[in-house]
Amino acid sequence: MSSSEVRAEDPVVVDRHLCKACGICIAFCPKSVLGADGDGIAIVERPDECIRCRMCEFRCPDFAIVVRSEEDE
Amino acid sequence: MNTHLRKYFRQEHLPHIWCPGCGNGIVTAAILRALDRLGWEKDRTVFVSGIGCSSRAPGYLDFNTLHTTHGRALVFATGVKVAHPNLNVVVITGDGDASAIGGNHLIHAARRNIDITTICFNNSIYGMTGGQYSPLSPTDSVASTAPFGNTDRSFDLCRLVEAAGASYVARGTTYHVTPLTKLIERGFEKRGFSFVEAITACPVYFGRRNKMRTPVEMLEWQKDAAVPITRAQKMDPEELAGKFVIGTFVDIDMPEYTESYERLLREHASDRGGG
Ligand SMILES: Cc1ncc(C[n+]2csc(CCOP(=O)(O)OP(=O)(O)O)c2C)c(N)n1
Ligand code: SF4
Ligand code: SF4
Ligand code: SF4
Repeated sequence: MSSSEVRAEDPVVVDRHLCKACGICIAFCPKSVLGADGDGIAIVERPDECIRCRMCEFRCPDFAIVVRSEEDE
Repeated sequence: MNTHLRKYFRQEHLPHIWCPGCGNGIVTAAILRALDRLGWEKDRTVFVSGIGCSSRAPGYLDFNTLHTTHGRALVFATGVKVAHPNLNVVVITGDGDASAIGGNHLIHAARRNIDITTICFNNSIYGMTGGQYSPLSPTDSVASTAPFGNTDRSFDLCRLVEAAGASYVARGTTYHVTPLTKLIERGFEKRGFSFVEAITACPVYFGRRNKMRTPVEMLEWQKDAAVPITRAQKMDPEELAGKFVIGTFVDIDMPEYTESYERLLREHASDRGGG
């Protein structure tokens, strides 16, 4: 499976259609959960490390990230 | 997109026009989270903006929206609020829109203490027209109209609005997004004129010319240069050079304009009646 696919169990979901590859979510994630694909689009690299602090979602300028609450799963 | 926020957008207009890493989207989402927490209804909420990159925000929002002329958002907003005092009226404005061409309207809206919440997206520059300096550009910063550095002193707009008489004045940043959202929420709740300055990034026209090459570096700057008000009160002016203070500067109750006006109308209803 390629790392850019959305996996049902991921705590964080990036909308590739909205992401503009600014790098903010990647730089400020306290747990280094996020990385970039070849185009700079954010991808979820280490989902198990996510503490659902939602800072990536709050600081994304493009409304491209959602952190799912545990009840959603 | 967040399922709670989706209903507030004109989805068909996304992705938005703003550049990668532009802070306008961060402030816009903070505004939506704040009003969502208060349960504001879309039909009872009006967004009014002037002209600029930031002033395009209402175009993406599925509310009653009014995109007006440069610097005049508060004039239109005052008209809306006086005609319909029960509506929630929010002004979205840039640092140039609010402080340069619109500075006079800002002073008088604050002086009247009319129940409008103004969110000033301060990106330190005129973004839309290519990076000319604004009254809020830091001294010595480089702009298209100040290639060797800006010799002007920079305006502290929060102090201006405080002096003019607003009920609520606060400043936050897009880096400190959770406190920013709370400041906006408090501004929304307040009866009277509320002013929230949101320090935000124009990576394209401010950052690149001022040694911040990426959106991430611009957020690092916000993180490092922001001083919470409680700490700032214990610091000397020299220590605060090159920094800016964040937090709540004013949160007081004072007579609100549309309430005073309605009372006047009630008191004189008999003078007018039957006549
Ligand atoms: C009467 C008038 N004068 C000048 C302009 C050109 N103009 C458009 S936007 C703008 C400044 C925008 O800066 P700011 O308000 O800081 O918003 P930003 O684009 O940075 O969000 C200017 C001078 C105009 N549209 N109308
Ligand atoms: S912050 Fe948003 S736009 Fe920027 S890289 Fe992350 S998902 Fe993409
Ligand atoms: S919710 Fe927090 S920990 Fe999880 S990816 Fe986002 S920033 Fe990282
Ligand atoms: S020019 Fe600056 S303010 Fe305008 S959209 Fe681009 S980054 Fe944002």
